Amino acid sequence: MVISIASGKGGTGKTTVACGLASVINESVYIDCDVEEPNGHLLLKPGILKEEPSYKLIPKINYESCDFCNKCAEVCEFNALLNLKSEIYLIDELCHSCGACTYFCPQKAITEANKENGKIRIGETSNNILFYDAYLKVGEASAAPLIKKVKNAYKGNKTVIIDSPPGTSCSMLESVKDSDFCVLVTESTPFGFNDLKLAINVLRQIKIPYGIVINKYDENYYLLDEYIQKNKLNLLLKIPFRMDIAESYSKGELLTETIKDYRIMMLELLEKIKTEIVEKEYV
Amino acid sequence: MFDKKYKQIVILSGKGGTGKTTVATALSEIAEDKIIIDADVDAANMHLVFDYYINSEYDYYGGKKAEINSDRCSQCGICESVCRFDAIKDFKVNRTSCEGCGFCFRICPDSAISFYESKSGVYSECELEDQSKFYFAQLLAGEGNSGKLVSEIKKKANGQAKGKVNWIIVDGPPGIGCPVNASLSGADFVVIVTEPTQSGLHDLKRLINLLKIFKIPSSVIVNKFDINIEMSKSIEEYLKPEGISVLAKIPFDKQFIKAIQNSKSIIEYDHTYGKRFKIIWDDIQKIILN
Ligand code: SF4
Ligand code: SF4
Ligand code: SF4
Ligand code: SF4
Repeated sequence: MVISIASGKGGTGKTTVACGLASVINESVYIDCDVEEPNGHLLLKPGILKEEPSYKLIPKINYESCDFCNKCAEVCEFNALLNLKSEIYLIDELCHSCGACTYFCPQKAITEANKENGKIRIGETSNNILFYDAYLKVGEASAAPLIKKVKNAYKGNKTVIIDSPPGTSCSMLESVKDSDFCVLVTESTPFGFNDLKLAINVLRQIKIPYGIVINKYDENYYLLDEYIQKNKLNLLLKIPFRMDIAESYSKGELLTETIKDYRIMMLELLEKIKTEIVEKEYV
Repeated sequence: MFDKKYKQIVILSGKGGTGKTTVATALSEIAEDKIIIDADVDAANMHLVFDYYINSEYDYYGGKKAEINSDRCSQCGICESVCRFDAIKDFKVNRTSCEGCGFCFRICPDSAISFYESKSGVYSECELEDQSKFYFAQLLAGEGNSGKLVSEIKKKANGQAKGKVNWIIVDGPPGIGCPVNASLSGADFVVIVTEPTQSGLHDLKRLINLLKIFKIPSSVIVNKFDINIEMSKSIEEYLKPEGISVLAKIPFDKQFIKAIQNSKSIIEYDHTYGKRFKIIWDDIQKIILN
């Protein structure tokens, strides 16, 4: 079972919910796909068992055979190669590792080499959550390949919680695709509401069932509730705004350990998700 | 670089949800003779607070996509074997997986693949009540290349910055990735909005390391500083040796959420904040113009 947690807007409490859920599941796997700003480790505090560099393929020119015909620069759609006549200069941050330049070089002067684009960490928490996260190297343009890698780093049958990056772009898509269910975390503001609609749009297109958690719930902001009711959306949970929750979060505490009813909320959420997934499997 | 009279200020946060857009909106309303850009193109929010009308809309083409013409395809399978992004299956291209590298299009022996510019969103040039220009974008769901879109909007805005424009204020995207890099090009100053939480501090450090690479001066606003006074102190202590000043510490106040819920900027909603943000804005001006 793979459950992803996404939000559209950042700062809605996505990571808190993701870590909370992971902590109430027996033997779960938590994967932080927010490779630009991974934060799950701050809450789950795993012991890091392994840290491995992640690589991407970049072209390497053999100047003994290269005659500067310029073919490689012509086929590179991302302008990563510049023909300086005495050198083929690679802007490696722009390279998408597509392999076209290597294939089309008439002199067979290009080979591919590994270049580090980030690192992946594997760990375990004191309460047996398997932990994965990744850091994208600063300045690196594409997050999606690293997201794919950290997602694929775990192979097994345990319940996987995927913490998606904010937004509704390719990174979010890469993170949530192949999930059995996606939890969208929003908040009681027009910002949260607006971005929720964008995120729903993505999930509809890729046909992943989803439910909504309203964090920092405020009944005075009724537009969100109205929308959810009118469109018969699946509202899973409302988490009230409370000072004790904000304080505990700011200290980097795992809320399911410090706040009793937060743990109960997460257990309820898990039960609801389970029934959703089971229902889906039997229709 | 071209000669410019105006200054560009980018508001960033590293982590989302720190109140970046609230601060950016407040500063934008106070600044005079400005152009405002919402560069958080994955989740644009400033337009929910501003009163504006749209002058023009521009289609945004984020890159190319491949498409297989089944009439010409002899189903040899070569395209599928070279595509490194698993975008081709059963002689069809999955649009969202296609990175637009053109490998398949170049290699197809039957010229059965077309490779075309594909629309990935729109951005709007708007006018606010005080006649200043405001830009924001809407990407189509699941589209990437938001860095390129940020660059395109900035280019358009810079082109409009004639005569009386003194400031370009950019509400930046979260994170430290490619759209952030794009929002930083040409920036004169960065206002970082952070919050006193573990993850706030963590992401602040990563952002400041990025700004060192770009060599852009910055200053910090600690939002909701009183939800964890100790952490606020840690942030200040971290900033001191980095030589980065704290512009302001803003308390946690429900007025901020209420303002957003009413689709208003904080200075419109609660006038006491009008004065406070005016002071912050004056300080920013002092730092930049010195
Ligand atoms: S295509 Fe090959 S031979 Fe031609 S310039 Fe590139 S590396 Fe050199
Ligand atoms: S691998 Fe692809 S993206 Fe990278 S340089 Fe070669 S053609 Fe360009
Ligand atoms: S390479 Fe061309 S002919 Fe071969 S399967 Fe692909 S589209 Fe069809
Ligand atoms: S353009 Fe590149 S990514 Fe897209 S389908 Fe063809 S080979 Fe795959």
